[in-house]
Amino acid sequence: MTANSRIPLLPAEEYERRRRRANSALPSLWELLDAVKDPEIPAVSLWELGVLQDIALEEDVVIVTITPTYSGCPAMTVMAEDILQALAEAGYPGSRIVNRLSPAWSTSWMSDDAREKLRAYGIAPPGETDNTPVHCPRCGSGRVRNVSQFGSTACKALYQCGDCAELFDYFKPI
Amino acid sequence: MSDSKLKEATRQYAIRLGDDALVLGHRLSEWCSNGPFLEEDLALTNVALDFIGRARMFYSYAAELAADGSTEDTYAYTRDCREFSNLLIHELPRGDFAFSMARQYLVDVYNLAYMEALRTSADGTLAAIADKAVKESRYHLRRSHDWMLRLGDGTDESRQRLQRAVDELWGYTPELFASDALEQGLADAGIGVDAATLRAAWEQAVSATLAEATLQQPAGDWEVSGGRRGLHTESLGHMLSELQFMQRAYPGLQW
Repeated sequence: MTANSRIPLLPAEEYERRRRRANSALPSLWELLDAVKDPEIPAVSLWELGVLQDIALEEDVVIVTITPTYSGCPAMTVMAEDILQALAEAGYPGSRIVNRLSPAWSTSWMSDDAREKLRAYGIAPPGETDNTPVHCPRCGSGRVRNVSQFGSTACKALYQCGDCAELFDYFKPI
Repeated sequence: MSDSKLKEATRQYAIRLGDDALVLGHRLSEWCSNGPFLEEDLALTNVALDFIGRARMFYSYAAELAADGSTEDTYAYTRDCREFSNLLIHELPRGDFAFSMARQYLVDVYNLAYMEALRTSADGTLAAIADKAVKESRYHLRRSHDWMLRLGDGTDESRQRLQRAVDELWGYTPELFASDALEQGLADAGIGVDAATLRAAWEQAVSATLAEATLQQPAGDWEVSGGRRGLHTESLGHMLSELQFMQRAYPGLQW
């Protein structure tokens, strides 16, 4: 599978992001937010997607930094609401969301584990580059056809498998 | 320029770029449920969302610089035609599918180069917005370029329609590369983009695509401009009456 043949090079900003989590003084909050999934793709969490960037505590107020996937992704508002709701339910009302634009979100931040979850969910995970061959998430065939550059959301393209005829979304590398 | 003048110029510049994105995004959104087929309907509305998202980021930044209580919505919903500073090509009615795709292609080539240049802006926020926009514009351009070839080198009907669209749009393209004192000042300060420097590469790319799509390059014997000064075609007012209806009828409405 494509997911396993990737060269394991971690982008610098993703290395930093994982370090922020590993060195955080608030591990329980990171774990709490692991339960918040992408509203459009409930197979992966906001952490796995790379949207969740940082968590800080300032005088009892939790400040969560997120980065938008696409400029116009309508799911961003829902993600922010879901984070605030999860925190409120855990006893942190009045939390705040900070949107950070830079570094620009990239699918290269997604772990192999997250890619596998996407595939199991029926979405072909993003390749390394635009030219990485796409495989059918259902039967694994590489005989696929691009039906549309944009699928059900901006981050995905629509493909069809030439072997099992499955119509599937491909998470575009960006 | 003094710091406060530079800040105000940057704010106006952010509004200009926001206006370009909002007006084009709205035109694209008009295809929602009107696309020629489902996949294309989805693609058009997804691209529309990218531009509307871009507009939100530019407007939010302008509001942040203004620090006068205004928000992204203030800029989008409470200004009239003369205060909108978008380049005219973005406001032209969506026309038929060929017209929308021809416009998209012409501005996608431009936008990609423009945002690549803006990425190196000395202003961190503008650079960050551009960094996101570049990635999206690459996908936009790939698709609009495909459609240029498919329609141009397609049937007699599709070729004829696309040629007509290119002819009608051509005179609006010189404005993409014009600049005024405000933009020159910002370019000199390393904040803005000097659009004139993008022209040669744009013309080369567009000429090559037109030739590959078996289309004639228009003579370029007419041109229209005025958008940056608030002088618009009649189409913008009609568009704003729809876009702004809710906030005009119920000022301050929240949901």
